[in-house]
Amino acid sequence: MKERGNVLVFAEQEDGEVHQVAYELLGKGRKLADRLQVGLDSVLLGHKMDNKSVDLIQYGADRVFLYDHPSLQEFDLIRYSRNIARLVAEENSEIFIIGATRIGRVLAPRLAASLRTGLTADCVDLDIDKDGNLVQIRPAFSGNIMAQIKTKTKPQMATVRYKVMEMNTKDPHRKGTVVRKEVELINDTGVRILKKPKANEVNLAEAEVIVSGGRGLRKPEDFNLLQELAGILGGVVGSSRPLVDAGWISKDHQVGFSGNTAKPRVYVACGISGAPQHLFGMRDSDVIVAINSDPSAPIFNVADYGIVGDIYEILPALIRELKQKPGKEDLS
Amino acid sequence: MRARRNTVRKMGKTLSLIVLVKQVPEIEKVRFDYEKGRLDRSSAGAVINPFDLNALEVAVRVKEKTDAVVTAISMGPKQAGESLRDAIARGADKGVLLADEKFAGADTLATSNALASAIRKLGSFDLVVCGEKTIDGDTAQVGPEVAELLAIPCAAYVEEILEVHRSRIVVKSKMGKNYHISEVTFPALITVTKDVNTPRLPSLRDKLRSRKIEVTTWGAEDLSAVAQMRCFGLSGSPTWVARIYAPPSRRRGPRIIEGTAEEKARTLAKALRNLDVLR
Repeated sequence: MKERGNVLVFAEQEDGEVHQVAYELLGKGRKLADRLQVGLDSVLLGHKMDNKSVDLIQYGADRVFLYDHPSLQEFDLIRYSRNIARLVAEENSEIFIIGATRIGRVLAPRLAASLRTGLTADCVDLDIDKDGNLVQIRPAFSGNIMAQIKTKTKPQMATVRYKVMEMNTKDPHRKGTVVRKEVELINDTGVRILKKPKANEVNLAEAEVIVSGGRGLRKPEDFNLLQELAGILGGVVGSSRPLVDAGWISKDHQVGFSGNTAKPRVYVACGISGAPQHLFGMRDSDVIVAINSDPSAPIFNVADYGIVGDIYEILPALIRELKQKPGKEDLS
Repeated sequence: MRARRNTVRKMGKTLSLIVLVKQVPEIEKVRFDYEKGRLDRSSAGAVINPFDLNALEVAVRVKEKTDAVVTAISMGPKQAGESLRDAIARGADKGVLLADEKFAGADTLATSNALASAIRKLGSFDLVVCGEKTIDGDTAQVGPEVAELLAIPCAAYVEEILEVHRSRIVVKSKMGKNYHISEVTFPALITVTKDVNTPRLPSLRDKLRSRKIEVTTWGAEDLSAVAQMRCFGLSGSPTWVARIYAPPSRRRGPRIIEGTAEEKARTLAKALRNLDVLR
């Protein structure tokens, strides 16, 4: 039997915290590795990350390759890619998956070019075909079509969208190996981070509840109404693209193909008709509520609860209801 | 102050800026033909990828402040020469089109190989500017791949150009939870988001002027001194599309809540309470 390399997962960290997408990739990576009957490796670069390496094992990795050095604390494209490229060549990895975060989407192509291998961007699913090849599934053309991509070279590389893969529950008894690797030090990489101001933006990808507005809104100030509802529901405000393009709200609030993909527990679409580009970014929410005056709006096709009506009547009434303590009738 | 700046300008070399542009279909006019199972682009015109207009604008603004030459490079069929003339109308000085059947069927790696080879053939350069991604491929891979093939530093997702000097640039990009304000030493490559600027529209005069400018066209053979032929096009593409299909639609069959506005709100409030998301 031909000997296969392992499946490798990049564990992205920022400020010492591992990005959740890494745990999701370990969940998927575990399945792929088991199908191929190979091991699951993970690579982590940073400084003083020993306990995080153990986390990676408890989420499914068999081995964690740890590169520990102060110069790796901050993401540096060239330091990261050189060290990882050497590892992948040594380990002869079969599959290499990376979170489709901004860091992942700049690191992965740099690595793919260095390794002269194929890379598929922003996958929403991965599978193994009958010959043991990786099937990389990604949307194309604004989500109008899905494409299945395969790769002739090794490793078969893909970046994978955040919040589409299921992560395993953390198993504190799971055993694995942490392999401390020698770090190739590079003094001057041509990029020097001068400052790192905190980005004060809404994080739709991690929101539990999103209350989104669309063209049914009459003026920018009306986002306040959505904000009030979002506040009560412990959520954040989202928007469809036209309102972002019109400058009513900043881009970080945009849900959809060219904005953010969100998978909240509850998505409340207010005055959003439901263009394919928008549906693409929210249709995987656990529960979708649609409020729209047009009963034929496509948003109702993906909704769990639909209200045909004027958001300017429904939302204030809904806010009033939710502010009240639940009465007897609500407990019945 | 002005005298001093002029001295710098005279003493300094001319900056060589390269912009990578792609001709793309007008995305909103591309339809998926469910019967034939393929894309129908017949009603879609061809335009410069919108993000590449931002990249071009970055380069043209640098040129307006200092001595610089802006070269736009595109890979595509002969018609893509139109995009380069459009780029010239918008401020580029020269256009290079990579058009050859041997470039066809390229994935991101093969595309990057062709573009990087063309940049090598052009000789020395200071800064390559690319759009963050293209609206048709949507991979955002070509920029970083070209940077690796040219072995130069790269800053991606740049949304603000803070300083431009003779040998370096200071840029702001968002990475994870933070912004990175980074100093990038030339030669380098940056990819820019659409927040970086508002691209200008070409004037009629510039449009007419660009009609007369000859775009250089290179085939695969023209790059033979700087690349291996087998890394172009289909043969240089490690990935292949096994299948395309329409995405599964999610039909939930919603529960439509009836009644007066108050009744609807009350029913929905109750449903939301049951979901246990209230703070």
